[in-house]
Amino acid sequence: MLQRFVNPRLLRSALPALSFAILLVAIFYTQPRTMSYFGLNLMLQYAVPIALATLAQMFVITVNDLDLSIGPFVGLVACIGATFLYETPLLGILMLLGCILLYAAMGALIHLRNLPSIVVTLGMSFVWLGIAVLVLPTPGGKAPEYLKALMSLQVPLVPFPIVAAIVIAVVVHVALMYSSYGVVLRGAGGNPRAVARAGWSLLKTKMIMFGLAGFFGVLSGLSLIGLTTSGDAHIADRYTLYSIAGAILGGAEFVGGRVSPVGAVLGALTLTLAGSFLIFLRVSPDWQIGAQGAILILVLALRALISRGEVR
Amino acid sequence: MTQPPREIVNLGNIAKAFGAVRALAGVDLAVAAGECVGLVGHNGAGKSTLMNVLAGTLAPDSGSIVIDGKDLGRRYDVRVAHQHGIRCVFQELSLCPNLTVAENARIFHKSLTGFGWKRRAAGLIAAKLDEIFPGHDIQPGDTVGDLSIGRRQMVEIARAFTVTDEPLGLVILDEPTSSLDAVTAGQLLGFVRRLVAGGTSVILISHMLGEVLGACSRIVVMKDGGVVAGRPAADFTRDSLVAAMGTVVEAHDAPAAASLTAQRQGSVMVKARVKIQPDDRAFVAHRGEIIGLAGLAGHGQTKMLLQIYAAATRRDLFAEVAAPIAIIAGDRQTDGIFPLWSIGENVTIRSLPRMVRHFLIDQTAARAMAAEWHRQMRIKTPDMDHNILSLSGGNQQKALFARALGSDAEIVLMDDPMRGVDVGTKLEVYERIRQEAGAGRTFLWYTTETDELAHCDHVYVFRNGIIVDDFPRAELTEARVLRASFHEAA
Repeated sequence: MLQRFVNPRLLRSALPALSFAILLVAIFYTQPRTMSYFGLNLMLQYAVPIALATLAQMFVITVNDLDLSIGPFVGLVACIGATFLYETPLLGILMLLGCILLYAAMGALIHLRNLPSIVVTLGMSFVWLGIAVLVLPTPGGKAPEYLKALMSLQVPLVPFPIVAAIVIAVVVHVALMYSSYGVVLRGAGGNPRAVARAGWSLLKTKMIMFGLAGFFGVLSGLSLIGLTTSGDAHIADRYTLYSIAGAILGGAEFVGGRVSPVGAVLGALTLTLAGSFLIFLRVSPDWQIGAQGAILILVLALRALISRGEVR
Repeated sequence: MTQPPREIVNLGNIAKAFGAVRALAGVDLAVAAGECVGLVGHNGAGKSTLMNVLAGTLAPDSGSIVIDGKDLGRRYDVRVAHQHGIRCVFQELSLCPNLTVAENARIFHKSLTGFGWKRRAAGLIAAKLDEIFPGHDIQPGDTVGDLSIGRRQMVEIARAFTVTDEPLGLVILDEPTSSLDAVTAGQLLGFVRRLVAGGTSVILISHMLGEVLGACSRIVVMKDGGVVAGRPAADFTRDSLVAAMGTVVEAHDAPAAASLTAQRQGSVMVKARVKIQPDDRAFVAHRGEIIGLAGLAGHGQTKMLLQIYAAATRRDLFAEVAAPIAIIAGDRQTDGIFPLWSIGENVTIRSLPRMVRHFLIDQTAARAMAAEWHRQMRIKTPDMDHNILSLSGGNQQKALFARALGSDAEIVLMDDPMRGVDVGTKLEVYERIRQEAGAGRTFLWYTTETDELAHCDHVYVFRNGIIVDDFPRAELTEARVLRASFHEAA
């Protein structure tokens, strides 16, 4: 019975939820006023764009690649959203669609030329940033009204960011973990040769995964300007590292196609909360990034310990 | 007169080369419906390459592929093969470790989609596992990565026999029993017999000659990328099969009898035991000896070499090493060369500690050493400062030999170093090894080429990770090596 309870596999899949819960309890303990509709809303509102960017990263990690351009890409989407989408909606939508196609093309390039994804995406991150600065040289612009309305939606009982996070997590989880094609996509990360030998196109899986990453990057950028109401090319520079950290916190592994969409969303929420928690502890902003890193290391160390138990 | 059975597959004059290596040199193979064809041959005979061509995962350079009487030629790939009912269980497993058993079945079948696909996939694979391996304990929901290697193999085999909308005509089993125990292997062969009686065809590749002789109606023997024999299984015995697979060591290859030392003498340089060795047979190398490690690829030879190598720097319960040691990797690209460095740097790396002056590398000494070995090994390059990749494969290997021979090592380990090396280079290197051994160096030489064993003073044959036979050169015959490599419990 006890054996069953401390089953490493179970423990491991519960770790993202566990670390999120522990952090939440710690926050409620240090700052009881956060235990309210308003408090949670305030703490978690930026979790939605981060969760979307984390899922984008997770799609890329699923096929054994890493995306170092997601932050600047979200920034570019934010700039397009605050300018073209506001002034000429049709052109704005076309541009965003073009961005998604470019992402898929990036996946195709990585597959066809067998290039390391970190090099390609690192290069592209400067391209995205450059275009973003061209679109919106100085911070400003205006977010479309419907985005602002959506992001400040008041849902009864449960704060909107939590509802949004649950909806996003469940939709992606069902699509990737339970659909029949989702299996092929994950298999392409687990053993690409086996998937190719069964007659599937690896080019297609890679393009779909990068295309999905682009799509979720667009969603992330739009939800972000819905909150900030204006755009800036550098608005999401930190998202690259946040998204990687969130996906890994959520149980994903860099190679082997082992990912968890629910875990990734939980990981993103944990990272967002970690920021607030440190403010409540009156940790100076100078130290915050370091302290967030410490939390990350702690969780990953726990996971490594559990994995060691698994091997045994 | 009964009509001859319908021909399912007819491969005609299939040729395939990888770079300069001819893997298949015009092979013909026909399989009729309801036939079980055994395919045997030594490592590198081209069996797996031929089966990859038939499975559609490798396009041949030339030749015709006729399936069910239709010439499919250039348009042949995995999809077409599946549509015509040709499936393959590959030697290295083709399952996704991050997916469950049922999900892996889905990867195999395009038609398993829509609502409830997971239940259907689980039912399909569970039913087939029950049919082939009654009493197995594999659940469709198990993650493949958690299963033992034997169970993974069972899943992969069962998966190949599941049927959805595509027909099942011919299943290729490439070493299907390599990780199965005797009971499950017997279950599989029983299933194959029933299946063949029902009209499905099977191609069975196995190093277990007893399996092939027992299960197959016809046996095809391959050697050096060609078919050398193809007769009904009843016409073969184990000995005649081994004879058909083997080559006779050519007289001119064998070294002069003068260097033969019947008595093993000199101080012991290496003494090692295999951890799982059931008897007390030990691996011993004396000063100045060339010791051969033989057997089929991947049966523990490399592991032995690495164990000995590790024992040189760290105390090891199972191995003792009496002198400095160097290793020559067989897989040059991953374990051997530094691809971004020059030839000279690749040669001197092992000896740099000798050439340090005032905490810095003495460039003059390093250059002198590079120049010396350029001459000694006759490395074909105008300049040792050129990048190592500018050399041909054989000359890269010479550079690796220079690295080991130029070092202070008295014991040199060689991990099948002649893979993909041309004959001329080989002969030069053989000569060099004999000279060095004469001067007192000890060589431990793992090789998959039986011809090379003729250069060894003493040979150890490995199978399933243990030493199964050892004998001096005087007793070396290819038949003995093959018999020890293929021996199986009666």
